[in-house]
Amino acid sequence: MTTSYMQQQIYSGCETTNQQNQITKLAYWMYAGPAHIGTLRVASSFRNVHAIMHAPLGDDHFNVMRSMLERERDFTPVTASVVDRHVLARGSRDKVVNNISRKDEEQRPDSIVLTPTCTSSILQEDLQNFVDRASLYSESDVILADVNHYRVNELQASDKTLDQIVRHFLNKAREEGILNRSLTDTPSANIIGISTPGFHNQHDCRELKRLLGELGISINQIIPEGEFLRNLKDLPRAWFNIVPYREMGLMAAAFLEKEYGMPFLSKPPIGLLNTAAFIARIEKLVNLWASALLGKQLNYELYIENQTKFVSQAAWFSKSIDCQNLAGKEAAVSGDATHAASITKILVKEMGIRVSCSGTYCKHDAERFNEQVQGLCDEVIITEDHTKIGNMIARIEPSAIFGTQMERHTGKRIDIPCGVISSPVHIQNFPPGYRPFLGYEGTNQISDLIYNSFHLGMEDHSPDVFGGHDTKGVNTKSLSVNRGDIDWAAEAESELRKIPGFVRGKIRRNTEVFAKENNISKITMDVMYAAKEKSSLQV
Amino acid sequence: MKTLDTLAFECETGNYHTFCPISCVAWLYQKIEDSFFLVVGTKTCGYFLQNALGVTIFAEPRYAMAELEEGDISANLNDQQELEKICLNIKNDRNPSVIFWIGTCTTEIIKMDLEGIAPILEKRLGIPIIVARANGLDYAFTQGEDTVLAAMAHRCPEYRHDETGEKELGIIKHLVIINNNSTNKSIFKKEGLTRSNLVLFGSLPSSVASQLNLESRRQSVPVSGWLPSQRYNELPSLGEGIYVCGVNPFLSRTATTLMRRRKCQLVGAPFPIGPDGTRSWIEKICSIFNLKPEGLEERENQIWKQNKDYIEIIRGKSAFFMGDNLLEISLARFFIRCGMIVYEIGIPYMDRRYQSAELSFLQHTCEKMKKLSPRIVEKPDNYSQVQRIHELKPHLAITGMAHANPLEARNIDTKWSVEFTFAQIHGFSNARDILELVTRPLRRKGGFTPNYRSLSKQALGN
Repeated sequence: MTTSYMQQQIYSGCETTNQQNQITKLAYWMYAGPAHIGTLRVASSFRNVHAIMHAPLGDDHFNVMRSMLERERDFTPVTASVVDRHVLARGSRDKVVNNISRKDEEQRPDSIVLTPTCTSSILQEDLQNFVDRASLYSESDVILADVNHYRVNELQASDKTLDQIVRHFLNKAREEGILNRSLTDTPSANIIGISTPGFHNQHDCRELKRLLGELGISINQIIPEGEFLRNLKDLPRAWFNIVPYREMGLMAAAFLEKEYGMPFLSKPPIGLLNTAAFIARIEKLVNLWASALLGKQLNYELYIENQTKFVSQAAWFSKSIDCQNLAGKEAAVSGDATHAASITKILVKEMGIRVSCSGTYCKHDAERFNEQVQGLCDEVIITEDHTKIGNMIARIEPSAIFGTQMERHTGKRIDIPCGVISSPVHIQNFPPGYRPFLGYEGTNQISDLIYNSFHLGMEDHSPDVFGGHDTKGVNTKSLSVNRGDIDWAAEAESELRKIPGFVRGKIRRNTEVFAKENNISKITMDVMYAAKEKSSLQV
Repeated sequence: MKTLDTLAFECETGNYHTFCPISCVAWLYQKIEDSFFLVVGTKTCGYFLQNALGVTIFAEPRYAMAELEEGDISANLNDQQELEKICLNIKNDRNPSVIFWIGTCTTEIIKMDLEGIAPILEKRLGIPIIVARANGLDYAFTQGEDTVLAAMAHRCPEYRHDETGEKELGIIKHLVIINNNSTNKSIFKKEGLTRSNLVLFGSLPSSVASQLNLESRRQSVPVSGWLPSQRYNELPSLGEGIYVCGVNPFLSRTATTLMRRRKCQLVGAPFPIGPDGTRSWIEKICSIFNLKPEGLEERENQIWKQNKDYIEIIRGKSAFFMGDNLLEISLARFFIRCGMIVYEIGIPYMDRRYQSAELSFLQHTCEKMKKLSPRIVEKPDNYSQVQRIHELKPHLAITGMAHANPLEARNIDTKWSVEFTFAQIHGFSNARDILELVTRPLRRKGGFTPNYRSLSKQALGN
């Protein structure tokens, strides 16, 4: 029955994709952003690459997001070639070309990526022509990102742009005869798909590096984050590729496999089981070459065992009494395909929690997602509509939710704790502390997240069961003073109610203090504002 | 206008960062309580709103996106039918008194005839539909509000000179009630109210609006209405004989509409931002009604005195406005009056006629404080500005969030400019809030304790 329900879901999922090209949608919230965000994420992750958006004023909000979310110290290398009335009337003419040349001179980037937006999609200007013309004058490589606003979302666009850049520079290197195809002497890997501002990407990357280091595998390159384009020619030197997230990097990895015979791993090492499977797969890949190049075979079995026992607490945690208490509790999961599938697996297989429903907004990856969570949950929901997820949660009433920021707020409203496991990102998802989701340290973090979420819920409920902590109904938060003969005029009282709750008490008290000091018995609006002004005086 | 000669105006490339004007829905839907805002645009618009508005998006706001799909763009769909479906949906779910359609870049480019469709659907659905084109092709950030208010101005009821109908009586009655309540043992001097026909325009939080009402009433000039009002059906009557006065510097389209289309008389005054601005704003209004302002000077001085501690922090310090919200001229004028040196005032768009009183006030303030006039840069170029900031090394750069962290990392203190749009900055009482904002980056370096005791330490005993 489960399967048939799932199939039905896939089917309806595909159907709506087709339908949506026909219907104007009433939308409040979206999980994945517009296409150009994906392109900008890739372009601004590479080092010394500048993106120029063909967009109206105000569309450069990506800069704000990056600067705020990632607390980035450098100026985001994204500018706009502004589309205004003049452009509308006469076309961009030389504007885009001039902007490219100017950026080329000012900042000498290795490459400039011209990024189309929804606006340029409709204007149908020949951006490729601008790129061709600009390439004649500029020192940097000028590329037009090949993404269509109306066909792909942020995630698909990021995947596509990364693929495009990798292809472009490998082909170029091949033409110039500088492509390096010789395998490194010792085993090495590329990590494909670490980018800004990705969900816990920086921490995951560090954890992945450490893991590979302990396996005796060096990192050839990490793309796009922090890599120079001129180094891409060495990309094929790695023995294999790792794609930690299904959302970005799969296309590039598939290209490298086809063109250069590089195998890749696309199952994320999230959770103990997945990490073990990940390492086992690496062992297999490395051993393909190991006897020829190293003269020995590698065996990681002992490593996995030690890490599982001593570094990761997750295995012991799931045996402990704490976790026993969680057995059979219900959870709902939703997020991007990578994280939602992995967390579902951890909850069910590693902690014995019942996942009533697991879902993703990555419609383009629906089939694969279904495969991953098959048999792990009662229901699968694949939708980009947050209200459907919200209704699903309200219907199931799980003990805890694992989802995105949106689900966290749904949880808040209906009093169910939520652990955030996936983008859309929020500033809280960029903790300065070390919080990977991948690898063995990742398993510890996830255990904390899951345990804390469930436990919070139980803690919240137990006081209710026992009648609350404060059975006498004394409100200790009250700030009002001994009012005596102070009276509030109706007008002032209603004014007070307009003030946001969290400062209202403070203002009430402040005004009453002021009134008392000035022997005022009735508080009017005049008095209120006089009190506000006087509060700055030394009394 | 002759005093303006010495102010230097420049215009750059317009390559600067600002918010898209559709962001005005964020504060307007809160202001107009019975409204619903429908932004007709693409995923890009939606993503911007979702990210820029932060947590409000989770509060089931009274706004939504009509997200245009490929079918709309290629005109496979009928715009009217699509919008009707959506608006019917909104009517059933929220039952608003008015629906605003916010046109975007996309609707401009595909020339969707929102103004043409609206009256048809308005009739069919029985809900007023107001169209405002707040798009990034033409406008910046706060100008979004300007387009909405200009569109609303057409919906205000007609005012008649000799009207003795219920509406006006209502207003007078209302005022009398307020008068009775507030003057009871008030610490302030009160006067009998004269009748006036003063309508203020600009969206302010209701408590700030009532503070300005109060200031005006103290001078015996009661405010007869606001555009926008708290509710759609409380819009003020407009027409010949009505005086209108703006409270924000970015409302030039609204001002033009009120003058040309509604035949109102515009009171050109500096804006009530900072105690100096508030005082000359009221003085200007009084002068229109031939009244002698009373007690304003003492009131202004009192505010300056009360905020001495904060002013001390910024006196002699330099500031650089990169420019993104059109409040820049008024804020710079206030900061110069506080003793700051302002190197550059970047501003998206400069309406020299609408802002003329504010500009001459700026000029006057510079002379009075013996400070050099800042250069005013319209449509600034952020890249060049950052170069200039590196050269000038101002104590404070007032800038958008795209540049704030990178500048901080380069040891330039910054204040995020958007906060000035959302904070309460109008009137005498809120001068401290502006200073609070602008001194924050300088205060956090430590060594500053404000001159008053923290509330938590105030005991009632003393």
